[in-house]
Amino acid sequence: MDYVILAVILLIVVVLAGAVALLRPGRRTAAPPAEQADSTVSDGATATGAGQDEADDAGVGILDRPGVPPTPEVETPPPSAGRMVRLRARLARSQSGFGKTLLNLLSRDALDDDAWDQIEDTLITADVGVASARAVVEDLRTKVKVAGTRDPEEVRGLLKAELLTQLGTDLDRTLHTAPHGERPAVVMVVGVNGTGKTTTCGKLARVLIGDGGSVVLGAADTFRAAAADQLETWGSRVGATIVRGPEGADPASVAYEAVSSGIAGKVSTVIVDTAGRLHTKTGLMDELGKVKRVIEKQSEVDEILLVLDATTGQNGLRQAQVFAEVVNVTGIVLTKLDGTAKGGIVVQVQRELGVPVKLVGLGEGPDDLAPFDPETFIDAILAD
Amino acid sequence: MFETLSDRLTTVFTTLRSKGRLSEADIDATAREIRIALLEADVALPVVRLFIERVKERARGSEVSQALNPAQQVVKIVNEELIEILGGETRMVRFAKTPPTVIMLAGLQGAGKTTLAGKLAKWLRDQRHEPLLVAADLQRPNAVGQLQVLGERAEVAVFAPQPGNGVGDPVAVARESIDHARRNNHDVVVIDTAGRLGVDEEMMKQAADIRDAVSPDEILFVVDAMIGQDAVNTAQAFMDGVGYDGVVLTKLDGDARGGAALSIRQVTGRPIMFASTGEKLADFDVFQPDRMASRILDMGDILTLIEQAEKTFDAEQTAKMATKFASGEDFTLEDFLEQMMMVRKLGPIGNLLGMMPGMGQMRDQISQVDDNQLDRLAAIIRSMTPAERANPKILNGSRRARIANGSGTAVGEVSALVTKFAEAQKMMRQMANGGMPGMPGMPGMGKRAKGKGKQDKKKKRKGGNPAKAAEREAQKAAERAARREQPGAVPGAPGMPQLPPGMPPLPPGGKMPDLSNLKFPKK
Ligand SMILES: Nc1nc2c(ncn2[C@@H]2O[C@H](COP(=O)(O)OP(=O)(O)OP(=O)(O)O)[C@@H](O)[C@H]2O)c(=O)[nH]1
Ligand SMILES: Nc1nc2c(ncn2[C@@H]2O[C@H](COP(=O)(O)OP(=O)(O)O)[C@@H](O)[C@H]2O)c(=O)[nH]1
Ligand SMILES: [Mg+2]
Ligand SMILES: [Mg+2]
Repeated sequence: MDYVILAVILLIVVVLAGAVALLRPGRRTAAPPAEQADSTVSDGATATGAGQDEADDAGVGILDRPGVPPTPEVETPPPSAGRMVRLRARLARSQSGFGKTLLNLLSRDALDDDAWDQIEDTLITADVGVASARAVVEDLRTKVKVAGTRDPEEVRGLLKAELLTQLGTDLDRTLHTAPHGERPAVVMVVGVNGTGKTTTCGKLARVLIGDGGSVVLGAADTFRAAAADQLETWGSRVGATIVRGPEGADPASVAYEAVSSGIAGKVSTVIVDTAGRLHTKTGLMDELGKVKRVIEKQSEVDEILLVLDATTGQNGLRQAQVFAEVVNVTGIVLTKLDGTAKGGIVVQVQRELGVPVKLVGLGEGPDDLAPFDPETFIDAILAD
Repeated sequence: MFETLSDRLTTVFTTLRSKGRLSEADIDATAREIRIALLEADVALPVVRLFIERVKERARGSEVSQALNPAQQVVKIVNEELIEILGGETRMVRFAKTPPTVIMLAGLQGAGKTTLAGKLAKWLRDQRHEPLLVAADLQRPNAVGQLQVLGERAEVAVFAPQPGNGVGDPVAVARESIDHARRNNHDVVVIDTAGRLGVDEEMMKQAADIRDAVSPDEILFVVDAMIGQDAVNTAQAFMDGVGYDGVVLTKLDGDARGGAALSIRQVTGRPIMFASTGEKLADFDVFQPDRMASRILDMGDILTLIEQAEKTFDAEQTAKMATKFASGEDFTLEDFLEQMMMVRKLGPIGNLLGMMPGMGQMRDQISQVDDNQLDRLAAIIRSMTPAERANPKILNGSRRARIANGSGTAVGEVSALVTKFAEAQKMMRQMANGGMPGMPGMPGMGKRAKGKGKQDKKKKRKGGNPAKAAEREAQKAAERAARREQPGAVPGAPGMPQLPPGMPPLPPGGKMPDLSNLKFPKK
């Protein structure tokens, strides 16, 4: 069998590429004879590998406002009110097409099977999943029938009510970041790779500091290249202290150090950034459980935020399930809602796990984080 | 909730007992389940619709199978379609005629571009290239530092003249990098760019400016395998904004179905070239359409059943072919067509060839072979009469003209095929009769390679389905090939140690030609 395959492939090459081509000398065999002396070093103009020298420190150190060029100035965050308006506008811009499509379909003269199918499809393209989309359509169908209405305002009202039900109005979305007397609140930020954990840590610190608090950031991502540097940059940008260890250090001990330095420094909140990990990697998930348990030797963990990227499809539910099993997730942060993705997977996540979305990320800037309020959210989606 | 497609289809199967004709109802019932499964695998809705239509159409027109029941037939069609769409025309990196070859990465935030840049650099270096990594993400905090660390790990130079974190012009960095590469004898430049959203016009413009500054030979769109329905919007937005020549799927080490692969392939027509399968630099593979197909629909067990049902037929065919090769009996164009189609089913020809051991030096030729050419060949052969296929010697001028006409090719192409096929036939005969003169043995070919006894036993134990085994071996070979330090240093020939039953033993010493020194008789 294999021999036949090889023979046939050989034939194909002969017939296609041809004997002439086969005889042509390989053009890349003439590699530069001498080994490039610079092959292991950065041969470009030297860029500042920020904090790279700190990485050599043997132990975990506290770096108060490290000098990361360019010297960042900590700006005062804008008032919360203005932020909400700006973010709502951004949300409306990226998400309103979805709302409009639904509204248009619902206001059709003939609300026939075809229209309902299209409504289902619209929901599916928002990543809510086939089963959820069907359930919503069934529900909405009954409601529209009962109400017997075609009036655009009333239809909008019905749709809004339905979407609100899906997003859940009875979930407690309070963020537990307030200190308990002398002791800081501890927040852990977890999730799969690249969802926006570090960015969320930075943005959240910014909000808390803007509200008069003080924050220690714990760089418990000791794995990814320059992850601690990234958090450090965020720290200096928003005015938070950072605790970091050398690259490859035990993340649990870095987290522990961060919390003890937070306690010692009497800060209001400690936010622990963790390395991105796929929920399928049991070793890494165990490691995460250990980070939490080690922190708990000194302090309870008040909030464990799972960061979900809005572009994530149905796999988001699996992620949430496994993370919730391992570390008791208390809230979801839905990031990258400033793009075209709808993040519909959170509907299933909230329903299956009862874990509420508490925050949404709407950009890469320090102020692009907003509390999640279903009502405001849906208003933005259904805005004209 | 997480009912697999197999579970679902089993229900469908039990209601469809009849063998033979495919009724419209059978097709619909199966298609409905497949639609849901595709959506749950995150294939974008418009693509699902198209796909289901295609499958239904093929199912309606398909011949009645002797071996399978109707639902199995539909599943088989689904699998073949998936592989065909995912594979289609796959190819390897195109290297520039005059170095440096420029590869630019683009994608959403957090997709895995920087990590991939490191992996590509390592992969290129392992192939004796002299790559240069370029830090043109000056946006994300410490992206420059991240790339520098990766460069160090891959032992590859990094061009990072700007500190990043909002400081510096990425377009200028990219532009300067080309000159820098030339001056320092780098033959490949890999440009890491900032993550950006499809709707961010300003950033898209920046990406286009980078492109215009460096005229990349390859722009690769890097996308997270976990992405949902938004895959089509984003893929299209990047297509319109910067354009790209190939796609890389990342985070395939997770359990996301990766339906985006199908969506993006279908919507943009761009081949998926690489798979990123972990955080370490070695976690990197050439994309394999068949593996992706079974991942998306998780049809593994059903496909095994189907394979088993069909195995008897295949076994007969293979045995027939093997005797043909061995007995020196003429291998006809008819056989060639049949075998070519069979091989094609295994995946894109470029990938298969890449997996064959000892093919290191042949990459240039291999990269010239793409599946479109196979289709052209097939078209030519199909336009021949049975007599012509059996005996190409009778192909005179007018016959050739007719064939060219019928297959939409040029007479020259027909003639080239005939000539080259004759050469190939000769080669087959020589190989069957004890090897080609002057060919050193192929290292490790066959069972008689030095010290391979232990391995042989292991291979035998696996036994079972030969196609599966071949796939496993090919997979391993590819993995090994990706990790190896020097091209051509693969021990053994993991791709093909198993000989089919009834196959005469290969001549001692392995008379299969060493492909890396392959020479063919001149015309
Ligand atoms: N557009 C947009 N980009 C975001 C948002 N949140 C994070 N990002 C970007 O997404 C990328 C990944 O963010 P990180 O914060 O590094 O993600 P992470 O989860 O810490 O990643 P790892 O630690 O590598 O697993 C960065 O380029 C961020 O700037 C958001 O809400 N919107
Ligand atoms: N598990 C896994 N993680 C990956 C893979 N590729 C990248 N990552 C991780 O995903 C995160 C984002 O990757 P990065 O290369 O910084 O993405 P970029 O923002 O597109 O440059 C990092 O934590 C990487 O370690 C992969 O194939 N598998
Ligand atoms: Mg991070
Ligand atoms: Mg990057």
